[in-house]
Amino acid sequence: MDRIIVCVKPVPDPKAWERLRLDPVTKTLIREGIPSVINPLDKHALEAALTIKDAQAAEVVIMSMAPPASQPVLREALALGGDRAVLLSDKVFAGSDTLATSRILAAGIRRLGSFDLICCGNFTLDGSTAQVPSQLAELLGIPNIMHVSRMELGEGKRLMVTQKIEQGYVRLEAEPPLLLSFTKEANKPRFSSFLEILAAEKRELAIWTNAELNLAEGSIGLKGSPTQMADLLVRQKGRQGLRLEGTPEEMAHQLADKIHQLGLI
Amino acid sequence: MEKPQIWVFMEQRRGVLHEVGLELLGKARELAEASGGRVAAVLLGANVAVLTDRVIASGADLVLVAEHPALEPYRLLPYTAVLAQACREYQPSILLFGATAMGMELAPRLAARLHTGLSAHCIDLQLDGEGHLLQMVPGWGGGVVATIKCPVHRPQMATVMPGVMKKQETSQRYGEVIHLTIPEDLDVSGPRVLEVYREEPQAKPLEKAEVVVAGGVGIGGKEGWQLLEELAGLLGGAVGATRPPVDEGWALEEQMIGASGKTVRPRLYIGVGISGMSHHLVGMDGSEMVVAVNSDPKAPIFEVADIAVVGDYREIIPPLAAEVRKRLKGGDAP
Repeated sequence: MDRIIVCVKPVPDPKAWERLRLDPVTKTLIREGIPSVINPLDKHALEAALTIKDAQAAEVVIMSMAPPASQPVLREALALGGDRAVLLSDKVFAGSDTLATSRILAAGIRRLGSFDLICCGNFTLDGSTAQVPSQLAELLGIPNIMHVSRMELGEGKRLMVTQKIEQGYVRLEAEPPLLLSFTKEANKPRFSSFLEILAAEKRELAIWTNAELNLAEGSIGLKGSPTQMADLLVRQKGRQGLRLEGTPEEMAHQLADKIHQLGLI
Repeated sequence: MEKPQIWVFMEQRRGVLHEVGLELLGKARELAEASGGRVAAVLLGANVAVLTDRVIASGADLVLVAEHPALEPYRLLPYTAVLAQACREYQPSILLFGATAMGMELAPRLAARLHTGLSAHCIDLQLDGEGHLLQMVPGWGGGVVATIKCPVHRPQMATVMPGVMKKQETSQRYGEVIHLTIPEDLDVSGPRVLEVYREEPQAKPLEKAEVVVAGGVGIGGKEGWQLLEELAGLLGGAVGATRPPVDEGWALEEQMIGASGKTVRPRLYIGVGISGMSHHLVGMDGSEMVVAVNSDPKAPIFEVADIAVVGDYREIIPPLAAEVRKRLKGGDAP
């Protein structure tokens, strides 16, 4: 293949999630001091691209829409084997919902030129909407397959893809151009060595703003997003909170009483 | 206030309706009753008209049927094309999908084609005074709930988690069936389906169980897991898990409850050896009664429990199972 684009998203480190707090006035999440990491499923997307690169040479381009501070995450993707990276970053992108985000990514990809394959993670840890892969493919006018749990190279540029569905799977055959979004079953992501990390420092990391993408401001950011957040609440926890006392046998007995009261035994 | 035309996408594979479509009809019915709107179900496939009776009984006033050989089995591009044309022709105000493998792939693509908004994995839906759909979405692994609106664009689209809405089936309903015209140049491009493989559905899926016994990392191994299976078996329930037991191989991926797994709302949830991270809690906090068993008295799960049992589960589950067994026999229960 000639060019494979891997979309990655920096997300707050899930290990630090319990430290996330909600600003009661602005209704925004306080992310201060929480480090960003590469979205875990995006590593599987990158691994899929690198597998193809290993087998038949291809240029692997990392693309991300994120604040400028996310550059270390892109460097990490370069260290794993990406050839170059493009960070789409501009204040006017802030507040984009999935459709507006997809418009920005689509514009970045168009500016890059031709491609055979786009690889994404099936969902991100923070938003978890899983909407960008299908929306990006639609805006680029190419087919897409979600929930990819296996990808094999066929003849020429043909790909054999297994899609995970409820209690089973679908096997599909597809040709580029194509967008695939991967689940964690798809492969085992590689690690980068210290030398690769050093080498990645020298690879090209371009930052494109809206001066390069030239998108109408009404189509991106908060203004260009059809969905709006009307409210944000910390989950209510209204439960009885009854603490049982006694020996294990006594507690088991009281518990059985409660289950009996529910009419289950 | 606009009188909403509420559409529900009826997912089917091989002529079998996915339950989530029927659940969504129940919710759509409720929204329609409150607002004077109408409920329409959209059914795509090769030979699906036979399913219309059940769809009407579950709450649809109208069933829009699209039948074409290219619509069986499901493929993303032909489905998107048929739904986009139907939306342009009939202009629904609301369009709901199940957050299933199919719905998660199809709804975003359709929303992008229609240039409208879509919210993901909703756990509740309401109408505000102006007829806008309020879409409650769990975020950050379930630690917060955002209310999403799509004030300008139509249809207002949402995917909804399976298992959170209630079916309302009745034999007393009548509905109309309309056959959609399929465009002659229907887009049949895109990946070709070679095989669709489904396992036999299990006796009682986790989402439907009245009792869920869930285990976490505190179970410590497969031996302990058997205690949970025994208890769930006695109560006619199912066993669920958090992420670590799945990673450890004590439980299957299908048993995972939470933000990236299943949503359960059983009458009784018993969480054993589960600390109570928000990613898991979002999948179970619709449960009627929550019992938590954990040896750590500070485990966050106790904050969301109706009944807290602090102690080693190995000392508590066996006598509980014995007690349940005794009462089920109806013998010498005190």
